[in-house]
Amino acid sequence: MQSMLKHLLLAAFMVISFASNAQQQVEMADTMRSNGKIYVVVSVILLVVAGLFIYLFSLDKKVSRLEKGASEKNIQTKS
Amino acid sequence: MKTWLKIVAVVLVVYVHIAGLLLAVPRLNILNETIRNLYFHVPMWFGMTALYAISLYHSILYLRTPTLERDHKASAFATTGIVFGLLGLGTGMLWAKFAWGAFWTGDPKLNGAAITTLVYVAYFVLRGSVDNQEQRSRLSAVYNIFAFAAMIPLIFILPRLSPSLHPGSGGNPGFNTYDLDSKMRMVFYPAVIGWFLVGYWISTLRIRILAVEEKMAELDYAKHA
Repeated sequence: MQSMLKHLLLAAFMVISFASNAQQQVEMADTMRSNGKIYVVVSVILLVVAGLFIYLFSLDKKVSRLEKGASEKNIQTKS
Repeated sequence: MKTWLKIVAVVLVVYVHIAGLLLAVPRLNILNETIRNLYFHVPMWFGMTALYAISLYHSILYLRTPTLERDHKASAFATTGIVFGLLGLGTGMLWAKFAWGAFWTGDPKLNGAAITTLVYVAYFVLRGSVDNQEQRSRLSAVYNIFAFAAMIPLIFILPRLSPSLHPGSGGNPGFNTYDLDSKMRMVFYPAVIGWFLVGYWISTLRIRILAVEEKMAELDYAKHA
């Protein structure tokens, strides 16, 4: 009889603890939704900045290719 | 420009866009969150001044030893400088609308900045109006010295001597007085350096394009000769 009571109590405590857990604030990755969504703005700006820098790097590469082409042509005309 | 410097530029500018929007700033009436514009508006002017100074340096060197490369450098740095100046004017006008109530006030700092930009526009008008390359390079190099000499009083001296709304002018405190714990400096200085490096990078691209164009023209000339 006593052991049965123990088991019942244990079960009851478990239910209570689960229920109270569910009511607590659950930690989630809410950063993008918090603080008036400023992080969304930051992400958008970073996307623009990243795009511009990628464009700048690609322009840089293009100029390097042009320089190479020009120097090769130079060799051709000289020879 | 070395690749690591380009990466430093990217890292600094990306850092500024995160820290400049998220870190704490002094809470001030009227300004409110627009105080963050300090990180984006002022570096444009610092960058412009530095780029014009480099342009001036190459113009002086051109007058000592005239080479086409010096002329290309002087014009490329002035071009990027004017872009920074226009961005400075645009961001400043937007900020002025919400801090002072109008896009343009007859403020000496604003007028000085506008006149400076016009003076540099005239530099390109001058370049465009002379066909002979040597004449163009020499004339514009001399003009560039006058343009820089006009910019210093127009932006840095006259606004300080007359009543002005602009911070740092007419006896107004600059933003350093609001920045009591120097936290804003942690974003402001990286912003200045980062944007200057980006301006320098774009200028070097222009210089390289001008050099390639010159080479192409030479090859063309050699082919027809």
